Amino acid sequence: MGISRRQFLGFLGAAGTTAVLGGNTEAASDKVLKGYPGSFGVLHDITRCIGCRKCEEACNRVNELPLSGIPFDDLSVLNTKRRTRSDAYTVVNRFTQNGDKQPVFVKNQCNHCLEPACASACFVKALRKVKTGAVIYDASLCVGCRYCMIACPFNIPAYEYNNPLTPRVMKCTMCHPRIEKGLLPGCVESCPKEALTFGSRETLLKTAHQRIDKYPDRYVDHIYGEHEMGGTSWLYLSGRSFNDIGMRDDLGKQPAAVYTSGPLSAVPIVVGLWPVLLTGLYAISKRKDKISEEERIEAVSRSIADVNENMKIKIAALKDDMAKEKEAAINLEVRRALEEAAKNSESGQAESGKDELLDKSGEEK
Amino acid sequence: MSQEIDRINKSIFTPFNIIAGTIIIFGLIVTFLRFTKGLGAVTNLDDNNPWGIWIGFDLLCGVALAAGGYVTSAACYIFGLKRYHSAVRPAILTAFLGYALVVLALHYDVGRPWRLPYPIFLSQGTTSLLFEVGLCVFLYLSVLFIEYSPAVLEWLGLKKIRNLIVRLTLVLTIFGVILSTLHQSSLGALFMIAPSKLHPLWYSNYLPVYFFISSIFSGLSMVIFEGSLAHRYFHYKMDEIHLKESKDVALGFGKAASFIMMGYVGIKLIGISIDNNWHYLTTRWGVWYLFELIGFVALPAFIYAIAVREKNLHLVRWAALISVFGVVLNRLNISIVAFNWQLPTAERYFPSWSEITISLFVVTVGIVFYRFIVTRMPILYEHPDYQHDN
Repeated sequence: MGISRRQFLGFLGAAGTTAVLGGNTEAASDKVLKGYPGSFGVLHDITRCIGCRKCEEACNRVNELPLSGIPFDDLSVLNTKRRTRSDAYTVVNRFTQNGDKQPVFVKNQCNHCLEPACASACFVKALRKVKTGAVIYDASLCVGCRYCMIACPFNIPAYEYNNPLTPRVMKCTMCHPRIEKGLLPGCVESCPKEALTFGSRETLLKTAHQRIDKYPDRYVDHIYGEHEMGGTSWLYLSGRSFNDIGMRDDLGKQPAAVYTSGPLSAVPIVVGLWPVLLTGLYAISKRKDKISEEERIEAVSRSIADVNENMKIKIAALKDDMAKEKEAAINLEVRRALEEAAKNSESGQAESGKDELLDKSGEEK
Repeated sequence: MSQEIDRINKSIFTPFNIIAGTIIIFGLIVTFLRFTKGLGAVTNLDDNNPWGIWIGFDLLCGVALAAGGYVTSAACYIFGLKRYHSAVRPAILTAFLGYALVVLALHYDVGRPWRLPYPIFLSQGTTSLLFEVGLCVFLYLSVLFIEYSPAVLEWLGLKKIRNLIVRLTLVLTIFGVILSTLHQSSLGALFMIAPSKLHPLWYSNYLPVYFFISSIFSGLSMVIFEGSLAHRYFHYKMDEIHLKESKDVALGFGKAASFIMMGYVGIKLIGISIDNNWHYLTTRWGVWYLFELIGFVALPAFIYAIAVREKNLHLVRWAALISVFGVVLNRLNISIVAFNWQLPTAERYFPSWSEITISLFVVTVGIVFYRFIVTRMPILYEHPDYQHDN
């Protein structure tokens, strides 16, 4: 009935192997990707941001994005929390807490991870990290599956949901085309308060550490993006806990690719092992069938042989019995004849005649 | 034969045709809107919730529920359980239709459906689990097509090709099991890239194993469930062998499903222990998690066990139905309910009517094709010309 216990356990055991094998080799080595050497980044000093939305305006202009109709100097949009959209690569949000004299403004855009979740998730390599530090998108390859949006821990990529046939994933390019021309990213260039600093990531990290050292009261001792999700090209300094200003601090230090390396590494093992295992199972079941068939044939022939043997014994016994019966019958007949003869002699025959008859019967025996 | 004539003489406005026709008409309207106005016009998807029921139900549940194909053919041809032979063809047919419809549904969901071959032929993103899913589903759909084709070839009377393909059965079955192992598990692994978005009770390093193991009992349960439906509506098409074996199939598969589901509950608890997520069980999410695990896995496993012991076919079918619901619930929990669990309620996703319409449309198209094929081709019976040569 059903799959036998052994077969089932074998199956389970094999499935378990894939899980066990899914470790990550990085844990055993000191190999940590630190990004392309000399690649660029931007340091966002949140304590300097005044929420003027000049960066949003510049971003909209240099990327030639559609205008929403609400002018960029209208600061009432800050009343609600916003996220990046297909027509806005960057948004500034305002955070106010009880007891704060002044609100905190945070600019939000693609963080350009050193090992981007979106790029690792993309099944056509439409997203990739380039040497300038930017994570860029190639719309000519994109299928529009939106797995990058599932994968992004910062909820950055947006999608042209209202484009029926040629929708694109939209996100900040760190102004990669401008960087290549030697220009600053639009937002950095437009910031009136130097809340944004463009430079090589290594330099920016040093700057950030210096600022924290110099003004320990102004900043929390945490550079957001130094380690988050394996590190990002954008770095943040804040006076408040990042969690309070909409930036998750529970993302961990591992790049997204680490989480999927286990299941990916199981693939070749399954491809290598399964044919052996399955052919083996097939061979076992086939062999079992063969053996049981052989046993059946053997059992049948044995039982036939047994029957023959029994028959022989029975026939022999029967023959024996018959022979005995025959003898008994003859003896009986002889005795009867003798008795008859005795009777006859008693009724007037000679004694010699009786003797003759006895001799005769002796010869017959 | 007389039943056949009855069927032909009947008006086309049967209840089935009316309901199916209505769904298909509405489906076509939404299809038109989808390809003229975009996803935004017909779905409730947004930038935070890029995947809705077209992925959560049509893809994830579709693939899981079509697992009957590889499970049944493996049981029959690899494990050598030949008395389930009559269950193989219906299971392969449903799997083939299931995967074909998954691909159909993907055409609605992805932005540029004509680019679906890109990941395979143009630009291979091998670091993506979606690449693995795409490649395996593509290959497996091809395998299923070949596995299913003997039924068509027998129907068309093309003996030579049919016999050639039948000789490939074992190789195709093994290939099918490999591909199914890979993509069934990868569908779970898809969500491993987003530990910050999926609730810890559902997120686990064992997600691929959970998806693979649950696909096995999902397939077993679907074979039982479909069998009961087929008995109700296509009884007259079944031959003696099919009718004789079908009880054995239901009881045997029910027994296997019961064991596997118990094991599944076990490994789910192991997962919770390893991540030490016990404290979440006392939250509202925990209640929902236990509702899924106890109500829709442990309970049907137990019902299966009782039903098999008492040889109660009716009860086995009920257990199968609950198990199928359980798999659907699990896939929806992972892709939708427990995904983005930290977002405020206002930013959460709930499917629109149009999305539900398309999902119903896809299922209906599947049923219509199933009916068309089953009433014409040798699925529930052996073709008289090819008996005893499998």
